[in-house]
Amino acid sequence: MRLKSRHLLGLEGVSRQDIELIFNTAVTFKEILSRDIPKVPTLRGLTIANLFYEPSTRTRFSFELAEKRLSADTVSFSTNSSSVQKGETLKDTVQNIEAMKVDMVVIRHQAAGAPHFLARCCNTKVINAGDGAHEHPTQALLDLFTVWEKYKKIDGLRVVIVGDIKYSRVARSDIWGFKTMGAEVAICGPTTLLPYEVERMGVEVYTRLETALEGRDIVIVLRIQAERQQAGLLPTIREYVNRFCLTPRHLAALKENFTIMHPGPINRGVEISPEVADGPYSVILSQVTNGVAIRMAVLYLLSGGRLPNSRRKAKAS
Amino acid sequence: MDEYQLVVTGERIIEPESGYSGPGTVYIKDDSFFKVERERPSEKQLKELANLTRLIDATGLIVGPGLIDMHVHLREPGREDEETILTGAEAAAAGGFTSICCMPNTTPPLDNYGIINFVVERARSAKVRVYPIGAITQGQKGEIITEIGDLVEAGAVAISDDGYPVMNSGVMRNAMEYARMFDIPIISHPEDLGLVGSGVANEGFNSTRFGLSGIPGIAEEVMVARDIMISEFTRCALHLAHLSTAGSISLVKEAKSRKVAVSCEVTPHHFTLTDDLLESYDSNLRVNPPIRTKGDVEAVKEGLKDGIVDVIASDHAPHSQEEKEVEFQAAPCGMIGLETTVGLVVTELVEKGIIDWMEFFKKLSLNPATILKLQGGRLQVNAPADLTIIDPKKRWVVDPKRFKSKSRNSPFIGRRLKGKAKYTVVAGKVVFEAES
Repeated sequence: MRLKSRHLLGLEGVSRQDIELIFNTAVTFKEILSRDIPKVPTLRGLTIANLFYEPSTRTRFSFELAEKRLSADTVSFSTNSSSVQKGETLKDTVQNIEAMKVDMVVIRHQAAGAPHFLARCCNTKVINAGDGAHEHPTQALLDLFTVWEKYKKIDGLRVVIVGDIKYSRVARSDIWGFKTMGAEVAICGPTTLLPYEVERMGVEVYTRLETALEGRDIVIVLRIQAERQQAGLLPTIREYVNRFCLTPRHLAALKENFTIMHPGPINRGVEISPEVADGPYSVILSQVTNGVAIRMAVLYLLSGGRLPNSRRKAKAS
Repeated sequence: MDEYQLVVTGERIIEPESGYSGPGTVYIKDDSFFKVERERPSEKQLKELANLTRLIDATGLIVGPGLIDMHVHLREPGREDEETILTGAEAAAAGGFTSICCMPNTTPPLDNYGIINFVVERARSAKVRVYPIGAITQGQKGEIITEIGDLVEAGAVAISDDGYPVMNSGVMRNAMEYARMFDIPIISHPEDLGLVGSGVANEGFNSTRFGLSGIPGIAEEVMVARDIMISEFTRCALHLAHLSTAGSISLVKEAKSRKVAVSCEVTPHHFTLTDDLLESYDSNLRVNPPIRTKGDVEAVKEGLKDGIVDVIASDHAPHSQEEKEVEFQAAPCGMIGLETTVGLVVTELVEKGIIDWMEFFKKLSLNPATILKLQGGRLQVNAPADLTIIDPKKRWVVDPKRFKSKSRNSPFIGRRLKGKAKYTVVAGKVVFEAES
């Protein structure tokens, strides 16, 4: 089985069949991760470059672990500097990647479309690990997978995403992914942090947290960055907390067996209170565990290789 | 029989000023139009003429006054690697333009007598006429107005801070008030930087989809409205550059109904491209103002059709490959257009019945000449003999290898177009002849 696309650049337009294929593959890998020696030779001989042009701990570790568990050869690169100012860096990197015969690139970049730029001008396969405010498809896949594991389905679930939707790549990928899988999706946040005509993505829009939460199965809380306040989009963080921070008093409005998610890193006391973040309904740490399995599945499927434990012999190349 | 420098005869000569469209013959002597007749010579006369002089038989072609592009960037001085006055003029000739007006945002900018004079001197050996546009403010900083009198004396035909808005309304008022004394228009680059913020694409559903920060239409419209009001107050002629939104067009429509001295232009990319194309993140689509929605494109076309839009200008903006081959948000704004404008106008407007050939020569020749008080735009006895002869049926594909411009940053590469300049004639000399 193969994915329809050569790259994973976003979840917009990715089919339900492809997402289900990724889930089923992730189940296999999750089982492998629970073994004593959680490693398979599946991607032996494959070279993967992790290019992180933006600080990231969990996504980068998660990809690196996924690659190592699959026995790929990996090189990683990480910078805090804003390379957007001198974009030729990316072009040079592309040429170097070509020259070093890298098979796959995982890229995190502050510019929306940077992975598309790579995909267009080099022959390697590209996985988007977050591009600007555009998409973060593997994060959404692991969110979806975590929900799917718990509820055994996604169809008909009522999801709400709360916070800075405008600048969130996670929000966009989650909206596309949950919609494709049949969930009903709403968003909630201050109007200055809602992107233009976002309702055309097929979501209901709320600006009052209490109303947005009514009868929801899943709440995805997004991180609020201090720079939004500095940019004048929020008067104070205090007012945000008063109106949008998810606290125990909100939880009664939710459906039975509800789930609280957060892509991390968490600002405790800003977008989510510590009690809620650490409560029994929170799956924030399962999200992290599942991240590795999902990324193994994506890497494996894009590599077009054999399933682990498959008896089929690889064709001589 | 007289000896002529060049004689052009055809079945379709367009005189946008009188509104005549039909058979005619243009006789050129001493770099000027000597005679313009509304008939074709007899076969016998044609044979005689052909023996004595250069004769272009424009049967099947369309002959009109030389095209004028009143909005181009030539990058000299400062970025001669991207374009020079001479290469820009060569691209203009190949695109059918006999005159171009170059914007002042060079390095250093065209903000004093000496540097305007430099452009004028350089342009003497250019294939087409090049008219400089001086800066509104010193260093294009938006603070203190330039020595506009000196700029005009050196050859500037208008003033503009194009590339940047004049953010301070008081400065704009002073500039308009002062410019009125020299009887030249102010060309406004309408953009409110506060509303633009960090935006890189039209703010709409597509900027939301693609995660690109948005430039709302109102960033243009509030400045269009402001400059119309200042123009009305100061009685200075205002020309609004590169309008891109439905709101801007309706503001101009309203101002014209009140007889404000305002004119405006649109670019080919703003009536052909929509922001859903940004799915590719192709940095050649990054332009300022940004490509907008289908609704805006329709409104721009409507404005072209009903005459609210006076001028089509390319906003030819060359950029080097290394500057453009970057992430979308890191790329500089602009695309080249001198060599694709005629093809796009014919394919998208004339062929689709939005404008006719008479309007074509008004928006690309007569109107810019009138706004800038240039000599061109008319097939008039004694006027400089500038002509553009178009093959309306020529089908061609935009091929970067054929560009005369030094730069290649066009989102139209590979596009199939209909209509192309066959001959470009400046002062009676054929400066460009298309291969057949």
